[in-house]
Amino acid sequence: MPTLVSHPEEVKIVSSRFGKGATDIERYIELDGYQAARTAVEKGADWVIAEMKTSGLRGRGGAGFPTGMKWSFVPKQSEKPKYVLVNGDESEPGTCKDHLIFLHDPHTVIEGTIIAGLAIGAKMGFIYLRGEYRYLLEIMEKAIADAYAKGFLGKGIFGSQIDFDIISHTGAGAYEVGEESALMESLEGKRGIPRIKPPFPAVVGLYGGPTVINNAETIATVPHVLRMGGEAYAKIGSERNGGTRLFCLSGHVERPGVYELPMGYNLKKMIYEIGGGIRGGRQLKAVVPGGSSTPVLLPNEIDIGMDFDQVGKAGSMLGSGGVVVLDETVCMVEFALRTIKFYQHESCGWCIPCREGTDWLKKTLTRFHAGAGVAKDIDNIRYLAENMLGRTFCPLGDAAAMPTIAFVKKFRQEFEDHLNGKPCAYAKQKMQESVLV
Amino acid sequence: MADVTLTVDGKKITAPAGTLLIDACRKAGIEIPAFCYYPGLSLQAACRMCVVRIEKIPKLQTACTTPVAEGMIVATDTDEIKQSRKAMLQLVLANHPLDCPVCDAGGECELQDMTFKYGAADSNFVDVKNHREEQQWSPVVYFDRPRCILCYRCVRVCGEGMDVWALGVQNRGVSSVIAPNGGDHLDCEECGMCIDICPVGALTSDTYRYKTRPWEMTHVSTICTHCGDGCKTTLGLRSSSDGMEIIRGDNRDKSGINGDFLCVKGRYAFDFANHKDRLTQPLLRNAEGKLVPASWEEALTFAGQRLHEIRDTRGGEQIGVIGSNRATNEESYLLQKFARSVLGTNNIDHHRTADYVSFAKALAGQEQRAASLREAETAPAILLIGGDPTEQHPMLAWNLRTNVRHNRARIYVVNHQEIKLRRQATSFLKISAENYSAFTRFLAGEENSIFGAEATALRETLATEPNLLVIFGSELRGAAIEALVRYGLSLPDTKFACLGDYVNSRGAADMGLYPDMLPGYVPVQQPGAFATEYGERFPAAPGLDLPSMLDVAARGNLAALYVVGSNPVHRYGVAAASLKNTFLIVQDMFLTETALLADVVLPIANLYEKAGTVTNTYGDLQLVRKAADRAGVRTDLELIVRLADTMGADVHALVPFGQGTRADMGQSRGAQSGEADRHAVWLAAQNLEPKLSPFDPSALLDEIQRLIPSYSFSRLELFAGNDQHVQATSKNNALVQISNLSQRPDGVLPSMDTLFTSGTMGRYSSKLTEVHDSRNKEILVAAN
Amino acid sequence: MTTEAPMKAPTIFSSELAARFDKLVALYPARRSALIPMLLYAQDEQGYVTDAAIEEIARRIGITPLDVRNVLSYYSLLRTKPVGKYHVQVCTNISCMLRGGQELFEHCKEHLGIGHKETTPDGVFSLEEVECIGACSWAPAVQVNYDFHDNLTADAMDAVLDQYRKQAGK
Repeated sequence: MPTLVSHPEEVKIVSSRFGKGATDIERYIELDGYQAARTAVEKGADWVIAEMKTSGLRGRGGAGFPTGMKWSFVPKQSEKPKYVLVNGDESEPGTCKDHLIFLHDPHTVIEGTIIAGLAIGAKMGFIYLRGEYRYLLEIMEKAIADAYAKGFLGKGIFGSQIDFDIISHTGAGAYEVGEESALMESLEGKRGIPRIKPPFPAVVGLYGGPTVINNAETIATVPHVLRMGGEAYAKIGSERNGGTRLFCLSGHVERPGVYELPMGYNLKKMIYEIGGGIRGGRQLKAVVPGGSSTPVLLPNEIDIGMDFDQVGKAGSMLGSGGVVVLDETVCMVEFALRTIKFYQHESCGWCIPCREGTDWLKKTLTRFHAGAGVAKDIDNIRYLAENMLGRTFCPLGDAAAMPTIAFVKKFRQEFEDHLNGKPCAYAKQKMQESVLV
Repeated sequence: MADVTLTVDGKKITAPAGTLLIDACRKAGIEIPAFCYYPGLSLQAACRMCVVRIEKIPKLQTACTTPVAEGMIVATDTDEIKQSRKAMLQLVLANHPLDCPVCDAGGECELQDMTFKYGAADSNFVDVKNHREEQQWSPVVYFDRPRCILCYRCVRVCGEGMDVWALGVQNRGVSSVIAPNGGDHLDCEECGMCIDICPVGALTSDTYRYKTRPWEMTHVSTICTHCGDGCKTTLGLRSSSDGMEIIRGDNRDKSGINGDFLCVKGRYAFDFANHKDRLTQPLLRNAEGKLVPASWEEALTFAGQRLHEIRDTRGGEQIGVIGSNRATNEESYLLQKFARSVLGTNNIDHHRTADYVSFAKALAGQEQRAASLREAETAPAILLIGGDPTEQHPMLAWNLRTNVRHNRARIYVVNHQEIKLRRQATSFLKISAENYSAFTRFLAGEENSIFGAEATALRETLATEPNLLVIFGSELRGAAIEALVRYGLSLPDTKFACLGDYVNSRGAADMGLYPDMLPGYVPVQQPGAFATEYGERFPAAPGLDLPSMLDVAARGNLAALYVVGSNPVHRYGVAAASLKNTFLIVQDMFLTETALLADVVLPIANLYEKAGTVTNTYGDLQLVRKAADRAGVRTDLELIVRLADTMGADVHALVPFGQGTRADMGQSRGAQSGEADRHAVWLAAQNLEPKLSPFDPSALLDEIQRLIPSYSFSRLELFAGNDQHVQATSKNNALVQISNLSQRPDGVLPSMDTLFTSGTMGRYSSKLTEVHDSRNKEILVAAN
Repeated sequence: MTTEAPMKAPTIFSSELAARFDKLVALYPARRSALIPMLLYAQDEQGYVTDAAIEEIARRIGITPLDVRNVLSYYSLLRTKPVGKYHVQVCTNISCMLRGGQELFEHCKEHLGIGHKETTPDGVFSLEEVECIGACSWAPAVQVNYDFHDNLTADAMDAVLDQYRKQAGK
């Protein structure tokens, strides 16, 4: 069972029911559960969308698109059925927030899905969990069954004339499926290859019907937003970045864990106060601020607020909330290699630049880190990444290219230190310091 | 759709709204490179070669997925785009083996061309490429995985184009691989479309691989000799010790009536020409009754003298002539003219595979009601009664599928079997095999309890379809065709197509290879101009049809039989003994069951080895160009002329070859022969210069055009290689005057060929036989 | 794609799973949506996705076996070869790597005497180095079959493996 952490600076909204037994529907109801959905049923779609827009809630999957606006893009009239699709294919390295939501508060996901369905006029929602989260799928399945038994799902929910069904669904191991159109393909039983856009899912999505796709954390936030009111929620965060989000602190901090903090919370503070600073009193070397696809930040770049705009200004991205902290013992070439190895493994292979680019980056970095690098490799790594950037079929290519470019740019000296057959300067130290020894 | 105007590289271009940017640019002469984009197939946006910059859009966009828009400003040749294209090519080449010197695609490879053009000659990659061994997937398909650039064209053409879905994409990332449906092999129609469409040498064919380099071949486009669709096929030829050998068939330039398409037969079944049993010397039956080689002089003189003698002693009515489904129009025309005007007989027929006579009769007096094969790709609605296009008319099937895919055409299938095209059909009605005729009457309004609600619903739906294209198979004959056409004519703007089996089955019929029908379906009994054209030997009464000739022969009353490119002994199950009292001359490529019984066997050229025209079953007239050559064989046309000559007939009366002298007969090859250069032929057609040789088929085409009014077309277009649609009969056809035609036996014997058979000739195609056998083996294994 | 209606035929799966499949294919707006869960559940029951399972699932959904293979080969959790009774999946992605995931993987190799994607001779354990499993804040983490084990050390890992070994005997 993942350890739950707590810190006084936290503002617990999405995580407010963590560790309180809310997987049980009665307990969930006791903790104000399903109130928001009930109110939404009473007040209707326009009210819901207005509240969502006021709240400033932006998509927690990484792109940060305003949720209310996304919902309002769905056409009111549609020949084909509309759908809500909850993206619980949490796979961005460094990210484990949805894991906790599904584990501790499955009903809030269900409730958020119902509200999203109401807002866009859908009759069916899907909650897609990554295949590795089997035990969480089982928790979700039970929660859905309980909600049906209470009349919160199915025909005439909450005693209204509205029908709404939810199906929980499992993936089977594919990072790429986190991309929304690939997610739809996967749910339709196909290879997780993204679709050509336009049309966008809001117009032509699942089974050809208009579809809203939201990250699990976004959806889990929705009932809270309605409960506390969009305005109140917006006040918590920073400008144009409403509310809180779950930050997954990992790596070389003293107290890793998932913390819920207001949007715009200072990164340096997050590492040194919330996370308890660098493990063993070592020096900070770098921070990956939002999951492995976000460009790395240097220690002098981290005095920034963690919201979409400020991190963007610092040359990186808020991403999925995975804050990975690296201390001075890390070999950045090895770290770059491990990052690229992941994208090479997860590339769907559809387009040339991503399929070939990730593979040749991996090949080059593997050889390079092993001490067989040549001088032109460094430029070639950057050349490869720069020629993938913006040219691939979907954002996975960018996700591989962006951090790679940053690693080479910001740690070029470290790359050069690997030249001429010299062994990795960090390897020796690392072996000695390993937690296992 | 309305046109929109956009600016590409500073140039204003116009395209219909909805056009993809890549198509609009290409049409305007602005080249946009692409591997995965293929017109007519679904969009992939995978190769990223076609990226362009569109003003106000932050990222480069793929031209293959962007529809044109009014006022759009596009750049396709900036440094940024050049760099992007170059990088894509560098990435593809990173793992692509540079075995171009031995790769089949070398010299006609899109990757080579693009690398050359967009400059990806330098590479900084030093790591090892991933290698995999090549695999054989079927008797014709090989897959060389490292060469594959994953453009998915093969997957789409197989699935979307062919509706076979035998290829898939498996694994992911750099492990992604094209995979066949049988695990390690293909279970498919072996059309080879995947090979043709492959931009590189990843998919290669067993018939061509490692044989030659593309630039070492001569390429001649001509017409496939197999089914009644008459696809254009481009033959790759190489000179060999005994002529010009065919080494490849494809339709890579995508021209002609078949566009992209070619089936297993058009692509691979040309190898009968090189079969070891091919006859290259005339054979004469000697005193011991054995067939022994003879010289042309001996064989032709002997055959001609015997025919002369028989005609003069026993009369033309004791001579029979059987023509071919694969000879050119000119040859068929000449054969019947020879029979009627030289042999003095109307005993002429051919293996009939469809009732074209009834079709012509039903359409007599109508104009432009017979549909071209092309119309199957554009007609909004199609009624397909009988036939199995997937097996017997693969090009038609391709057009119908394409029509459904691109235009959402409605296809109504009525058949006694669950033919594959029902998968594209709006509705499928199963009727029993004996009810076709009743069904045509039912359509016309005759109530019949054997047809239920489904049939009634179909009839009602059809009544709402203007521009219906009615296509029917050989199950429908005689009165059924007449009833169907009558019904169709009651709807607005209906068109028709009658399905016959071989490349020139329709031509044979049009050219009058019938005992009772002259060219253009003019009844023998009302010969009109033919009476004078064909001279005094031309009998007034209809002759015997093919089965009757064989019956008469069995009774010992057929003195001579002249069989040209046909194998009636096998096809009609004739007992060997029944021809023992008949002097038999057979012209064929092989010692067929019929040739084995002959007194004289004359080895002939096949359709790939001669010039002329053929008419497909829809009436599309196309030019046949001489591609291959084989020492020792002659064309049917030449042999008929020479036979007539040895019989003492006036060759000038037979072939209007102008002012030449008899000395011209000496030349059967070279510039003065049937392969006279096209400029001369065209001049001749314009009456600007006389035909110089009696073996010039265009001399006969002159006469065909003069005597068959429905064969009206542009010769210029024809010689330019374009198909020309002709009608079976002209508006004022005499056929309407024949009252008792419905009592006439149709004499149709469908060939029952499949995708993997092609009459007697198919047996001599080693590749076709191999494919056929490998499939049967699989079926047997599966059954066990 | 074939659209022929699936035939009723004898199943190779347990009656419970067969019944679950009957429900699954009817649950979604399109039958094919059931494909990935079905493959995963078939694998759970049979250890891997067998050829027979591919045939039956294709038939149940009404698609070709090729289509099933195209999809199945895409997803990394699905496999067409058997693994050990306990499939030990060690995450070495960045967050785990920073907290010793790679060393933990090496330790497992040594402890079990097998390498990446190998199975012990007794068939009890198999080992795989995997990508991020979503336990980054509790790194290093390992999944054995579907069970998560986090905040591991070499000793803790040994204890986990011993526990499974004991269970295997039962």
